[in-house]
Amino acid sequence: MAHQGTKLIHKYLRHDKKFPHVWCPGCGNGIVLGSLIRAIDKLKLEKDDIVLVSGIGCSGRMTVYVDFNTLHTTHGRALTFATGVKLARPHLNVIVVMGDGDATAIGGNHFIHAARRNLDLTAIIVNNQIYGMTGGQHSPTTPYGCKATTAVYGHIEHAFSISELAVTAGASFVARGSVYHTQLLDRVMEKAILKKGFSVVEVISNCHVQFGRRNQMSDPVTMMKWLRDHAVKVEKAKEMGPEELEGKFTIGILADVDKPVYTEEYEKIREKAKK
Amino acid sequence: MGKKKSSRRLFLQGNEAIVEGALAAGCRFFAGYPITPASEISEILSERLPQVGGTFIQMEDEIASMGAVIGASLAGVKSMTATSGPGFSLMQENLGFACIAEVPCVIVDVMRGGPSTGLPTSPAQGDVMQARWGTHGDHPIIVLAASTVQDSFEITIQAFNFAEKYRTPVILLSDEVVAHTRETVELPPVEELHVIDRIAPSMPPEWYIPFEDNSRGVPPMAAFGDGYRYHVTGLVHDVRGFPTQRSDEIEPFIKRLFRKITQGFNEIQITQPYMMDDARVGVIAYGSTARSAKRAVMDARKRGVKAGLLQLTTLFPFPRYAVEEVLRQCRSVLVPEMNMGQIYREVKRVNQTKCSVRKLNRIDGRLITPDEIFREVLKM
Repeated sequence: MAHQGTKLIHKYLRHDKKFPHVWCPGCGNGIVLGSLIRAIDKLKLEKDDIVLVSGIGCSGRMTVYVDFNTLHTTHGRALTFATGVKLARPHLNVIVVMGDGDATAIGGNHFIHAARRNLDLTAIIVNNQIYGMTGGQHSPTTPYGCKATTAVYGHIEHAFSISELAVTAGASFVARGSVYHTQLLDRVMEKAILKKGFSVVEVISNCHVQFGRRNQMSDPVTMMKWLRDHAVKVEKAKEMGPEELEGKFTIGILADVDKPVYTEEYEKIREKAKK
Repeated sequence: MGKKKSSRRLFLQGNEAIVEGALAAGCRFFAGYPITPASEISEILSERLPQVGGTFIQMEDEIASMGAVIGASLAGVKSMTATSGPGFSLMQENLGFACIAEVPCVIVDVMRGGPSTGLPTSPAQGDVMQARWGTHGDHPIIVLAASTVQDSFEITIQAFNFAEKYRTPVILLSDEVVAHTRETVELPPVEELHVIDRIAPSMPPEWYIPFEDNSRGVPPMAAFGDGYRYHVTGLVHDVRGFPTQRSDEIEPFIKRLFRKITQGFNEIQITQPYMMDDARVGVIAYGSTARSAKRAVMDARKRGVKAGLLQLTTLFPFPRYAVEEVLRQCRSVLVPEMNMGQIYREVKRVNQTKCSVRKLNRIDGRLITPDEIFREVLKM
């Protein structure tokens, strides 16, 4: 019997695409993609009904490799393209993959408005705390004091939390996972796709090449250990004080609320307009 | 036998006529952001589109509007946005995506004075070269200009037809005067209109090569969700849509983008001659300036001057064959424009004759009057 993972590779990766992929050895992007594929397989979604939309950056290349309708957009704008696709064909499952710089720097405005609008999209944000593809410049999630190619003396800006931002902006479902905690990631991925409304999965990922190398974590194993040691379950975090949580990140489901979904609301508008 | 539907006579402003044209052409998706003097298009479509099962959405900015328009078009729905200068600047990024990924869509730019916030409620024609070259990189584009309310209706349909037929974004330039002038227009019944839809692949999905060349240079376009799973990217791509760095794939691709438009020159380059048959003094104009020019030509004829007008409906690809004919025929040609001479430079560029090319410009937010053009024509 073929290994389950191999089966999924044959089922979901493009046969006519010229591999190898562009990612560095040990990159977290493959883990995120694997988790996404497992979630899609478990939910038994039709490949024809999935549109995978991505922005620009390392994570943006994910769309090339998978056998769905795939759309590799401009930097930061993935959610806007996805909005058009979803509104034109609401029955499609539109999943958007972005990086931290992609979704929250250049695409920050689109991100908060997509959350506010509550269109039924699934946004996966691979947060590796750096601009990897362009060579290690600091991003909106690069921690204070860390080094980057545009912060050689140490970063003096403060990172913001993508998931908390999504909750505040009104997303229906928000979860944070990491590439170390893959079982949790599989579970929240599934929930996010199933959820009606705007759902966000933030995945803390490793970029040992561009981030780790400059911050004393130059190999994937060290970064994985860092993820293991700094993740705190949401439930446990509630019992901890701010000092204990300093430098840590929470994982789990941060928001899961039911709100009217844009496409359903718009259908009501059409009914009103036709009268 | 049913009664034959007659055309509707309506009293509309240019922006309203664009809406009528878009709906008649089959536009069922609009994404936009409020901006003067284009906002009426959004407002009216927000009311009309849901009535016909379409979708209107007001986005967070013009970048997002253009992104949504492309997304909807990729999902198989005819899509449009409308804006003015500042918003048009923001749209340039994703406009380039529509060029490289060959996504049919229509962008209306109701021109106002610029640069920057400029003159929000005054007409201008300063976005002509931005329409041609605003997005980065080598790319072909189709740019049309409306000069009357009737034009606004007809050219909007034309814009959609070109977009669908050639798989390209089409820019429709209007201006504050055309947009807000009210005139009587005649809207023919929808069944009498010539409406073109993109060609869908006839082959089964496993045979579909999404960006493969053919005699027209325009590959058939599958919509997301139709069973043809393929990749769309803003990177230069091979015939299957996957990113490529191979020079033997890059060059044929970019050349095909140009060739598909070049092959359509005869159809795409629309100009309207007025009293040109025996003209010795020519006026080349477009947009609201063409209205003044027409009147000026009439007045000049009354004075015995053999004047004529070539109105440009298509600005790009620049209708050089029609312009060259005027240049060969006339001893002098005047190009009045509400900018510093953007089309004037194009006319000069193609001029291989001894015909003298002059310009007449206004950049003060006021329309060029018939009298101003008339007086200039008399001097020529």
